[in-house]
Amino acid sequence: MALWDLANSDCIIEMGSNIAENHPIAFRFVTEAQRRGATIIHVDPRFTRTSALADIYAPIRSGSDIAFLGGMIRHILENDLWFRDFALEYTNLAHIIEDGYADPESHDGLFSGFDAETRAYKQETWQYKGKTVPSSIAEHREQTEEQAGGDFESMTESPPPQDRTLQHPNCVYQIMKRHYARYTPEMVERVTGCPKETFLKVVETLARNSGRERTGAFTYAVGWTHHSTGVQIIRACTIVQALLGNVGRPGGGIMALRGHVSIQGSTDIPTLYNMLPTYLPQPNVFHDHATLDRYLESETPTTGWWANMPKYVVSLLKAWYGEAATRANDYGYPFLPKLTGDLSQEPMTMAMVDGVMRGQFILGQNPLVGAVNADFVERGLGKLDWLVVRDFAMTETANFWSKGRLVAGGELSPEDIETEVFFLPAAMPGEKEGTVTNTSRLVQWHDKVCEAPGDSRSDLWFIYHLGRRLKQLYADSRETRDGAIQALTWDYPVEGEIQEPKAEAVLAEINGYTVSDGEPVASYKELKDDGSTACGGWMYCGVMPKKGHNVARSRKPDGPDGPGSHLGWAFAWPSNRRTLYNRASADPSGKPWSERKKMIWWDEEKETWTGLDVPDFVETKRPDYRPDWSKRPHGMDALGGNDPFIMEADGKSQLFVPTGLKDGPLPTHYEPIESPVKNPLYGQQFNPTAKLWGRPGNELHPPEDPRFPYVFTTFRLTELHCGGISTRAMPHTAELQPEAFVEVSPELAAELGIRHRDWTVLSSLRGEIEVRAMVTERVRPFTVAGRVVHQIGMPWVFGREGYARGAIANVLLAITGDANTSIHTTKALTVNLRAGRLTQLKREARHGG
Amino acid sequence: MARDGHGPEPWRKRGKAVGRIVGKGVGARLSGFLKDWSLPRQLAGEDVQSTAARSSASERLRPRLEQADRVGTSICPFCAVGCSQLIYAKNGRPIHVEGDPRSPVNAGTLCPKGAGTLGMLLSPERVTKVLYRAPRATAWEVKPLDWAMERIAQLTKQARDETFAETLPDGRIINHTVGIGSLGGATMDNEENYLIKKLFGGGLGMLNIENQARI
Repeated sequence: MALWDLANSDCIIEMGSNIAENHPIAFRFVTEAQRRGATIIHVDPRFTRTSALADIYAPIRSGSDIAFLGGMIRHILENDLWFRDFALEYTNLAHIIEDGYADPESHDGLFSGFDAETRAYKQETWQYKGKTVPSSIAEHREQTEEQAGGDFESMTESPPPQDRTLQHPNCVYQIMKRHYARYTPEMVERVTGCPKETFLKVVETLARNSGRERTGAFTYAVGWTHHSTGVQIIRACTIVQALLGNVGRPGGGIMALRGHVSIQGSTDIPTLYNMLPTYLPQPNVFHDHATLDRYLESETPTTGWWANMPKYVVSLLKAWYGEAATRANDYGYPFLPKLTGDLSQEPMTMAMVDGVMRGQFILGQNPLVGAVNADFVERGLGKLDWLVVRDFAMTETANFWSKGRLVAGGELSPEDIETEVFFLPAAMPGEKEGTVTNTSRLVQWHDKVCEAPGDSRSDLWFIYHLGRRLKQLYADSRETRDGAIQALTWDYPVEGEIQEPKAEAVLAEINGYTVSDGEPVASYKELKDDGSTACGGWMYCGVMPKKGHNVARSRKPDGPDGPGSHLGWAFAWPSNRRTLYNRASADPSGKPWSERKKMIWWDEEKETWTGLDVPDFVETKRPDYRPDWSKRPHGMDALGGNDPFIMEADGKSQLFVPTGLKDGPLPTHYEPIESPVKNPLYGQQFNPTAKLWGRPGNELHPPEDPRFPYVFTTFRLTELHCGGISTRAMPHTAELQPEAFVEVSPELAAELGIRHRDWTVLSSLRGEIEVRAMVTERVRPFTVAGRVVHQIGMPWVFGREGYARGAIANVLLAITGDANTSIHTTKALTVNLRAGRLTQLKREARHGG
Repeated sequence: MARDGHGPEPWRKRGKAVGRIVGKGVGARLSGFLKDWSLPRQLAGEDVQSTAARSSASERLRPRLEQADRVGTSICPFCAVGCSQLIYAKNGRPIHVEGDPRSPVNAGTLCPKGAGTLGMLLSPERVTKVLYRAPRATAWEVKPLDWAMERIAQLTKQARDETFAETLPDGRIINHTVGIGSLGGATMDNEENYLIKKLFGGGLGMLNIENQARI
């Protein structure tokens, strides 16, 4: 959904996000919805600025979200509150799962297929009966070895088996009813600490505001992703929303509120280890990826939109390797580096500490503040041969060798640190041009208005000229291994005294072109798998559909009487669509569910989909089209005119996920990796497939560890942005939030003898810090499984550089990872807290400020 | 906060200006001052946003934006909401940043971070020279950009050449290096991310390419 579409919601649940504090301008659409009569609900461990403006505030213990959302799913199913006409048609609710499927309810917290030795699942028993279902998400395909090389042809033989009466014991509906049977309001209260009356009010308010005439939305942020079950928390929300019909419709959806200006763009066009641009899997040596044909065969779904994947892969290879990419050499596919495992940021930190990593580029990121276990990261930086940091002001990361905590503490001295360090000043927005992609896929161009001071350069300049020099250094090589850098196309036009590359030329390559004449492609439908087209990111096709026409520059908002989709403002991928899966905004016959909630519909006269947004569907596919299974349909032919979720192999929203998730087909409550309580639901304490790197320097606290009894959560502030130095070096914002603090409830403060503004010491097995106490009712104790659990919170945005300074909260946290994404847990690990200060020696050593 | 000689407290200027009226009695001076001063008129109920806001000082005030020789559209560099900004510059230097009223995202508004963007661009903390720290050195030294670029290129090539692996021990092709990493991208443009992935991944065979999206 578009950000502004939040204003069309009848109920908004903000959960895992403090939108008023951290995304204040997006929050204006929430207050607009409220003004129009919507009910606003905030579910959060802390009472924040968002809670203050909500109609209902539901406190929950950090890390208990799936218990809360699972309780919602149970309540919706048990009381028949779901939107039957929507969910029965558009989700896999009626699909029948393999006989061998067994639920955590019968295995004390484990799904069928678990291998205790490898701590991984085999997913055969999660499939639709008789089928092998491909995953729709490259990232998940990549990380699921079990699924590589599956027999996806089974998807073309017949539709997945269904029981539309929902009576079959292994249909998704019945499985979900059993799976969530114990997530009663009483259990929700017992696990989350939220009073059951409040919980019931939340679920009933959302259900009441969903259906033909009404829609509800969720907003979330890293309050959901920064858990060992992060992906499954979001999955639980998608189940709620799909059951209630709040997907692909005006005012309905799930809004991810992301943190950095182009964090969406850097995910789409990924500086990420496991993907090639726009969600194509990075080849992996342990998968069936030895040749291009085998890679494409094992990774390409046979049905649904992703059946087009070979066109996108070959076009990418043509964009990268140009004339050197031919059919004879697999279009340069052998040049692509092959993965051997998880090489995300956390394993990268391990590789630094272990001396495997020799050199590191750090481009506008500040891991000594933003990464967990800061001391461990610092130790890794000291083992590098060289480090290049690019930023606009000095960062904790760049000067770790002189001012780091380990140096200040005497563990290391600059004379012992071999790392060769470069600090290159970076140009900032306004001083360079290009596109950034916002959290709702809006690709917006920004102009160069002023000059970057001194030696400051754009990252485009840096990477282009580094590449140019490297190509020169390798020009005479005859080694096969150097073929990739020699073949790489790198002839971008430059301009001006400093030889700045033209960003628009790079954007044109991302958009794609016909190889023979260099003319831009207007749509990804024009891409081919025969080497005749080149495209750096197929989902961005259409951002520059004609030479000289840059849609990201477009600045024509709708007027007050317009449809409000603002199709003339910038470009939203794919194809300028503002709401994904908007086919679901019409009923199976193609009519809007209601006049009030119309978005796109089938125009029988013109035989096309039309409406207020760009249809996310095959424009001319009739609502009553059904695949002819006698012809073994492939690609989009295998999806009916009533299958809105075109990136899924069967066009249905997957309430139950047969393939792709490492930790189970349904969200299940596990305790955080560190927790003061036993899991009240299962013997399995925490996510059995969570990524752990327990080792000296990164020790974990066992469950119920009396040394570390408090749940610790971190958060951000309106005035200070993330770990970046950007706002701490900005005089106005630094003045507004000058110093670090820890939020402590009055109850815990009384217990520990801490007064407001007293110094306190926070400690974990990873490190300790001192910080002043903010004694406040914003945090509260929870009663969980009959005992009191205290929770404390601290902003993680401080460091020792800039004007606003204070202890680094991430010193306390351990490196851990969500099973699917390797994202660390920052919202629910444990610490100890006491009144007082570090000893003088330690204070000098450890003080972040 | 004083700008262009016109402080945010124009009444102080008023006092001086009135003080220069020579040769009249205290009463006349006071009456002139009160007549020109906007506050009494506002207290008397006149519209504070109209004529009652005027004084001889306010007549002299000019909008800072008039000095700009260039204005362009930018996107707020902080969170991912994507608010549009108008950046005004004079002689290549930014003089003002404000929300773009046309944007359906922010309709001219900005949060405290976005509103402070000028302070970031002009921060005294900004480093504008290339800094270099040799192994075991105890201080930074300033170096030419060109020297640093060549040194970084050489070090990158050396690290790659020494750590590049073409095959696993069993002969399967991997063509990669895990000896060099790259961190960051979410604060940067799509074009920049594209070239990073293309050069480091597609050209050099690096796999350890990550950004803030993971954390």
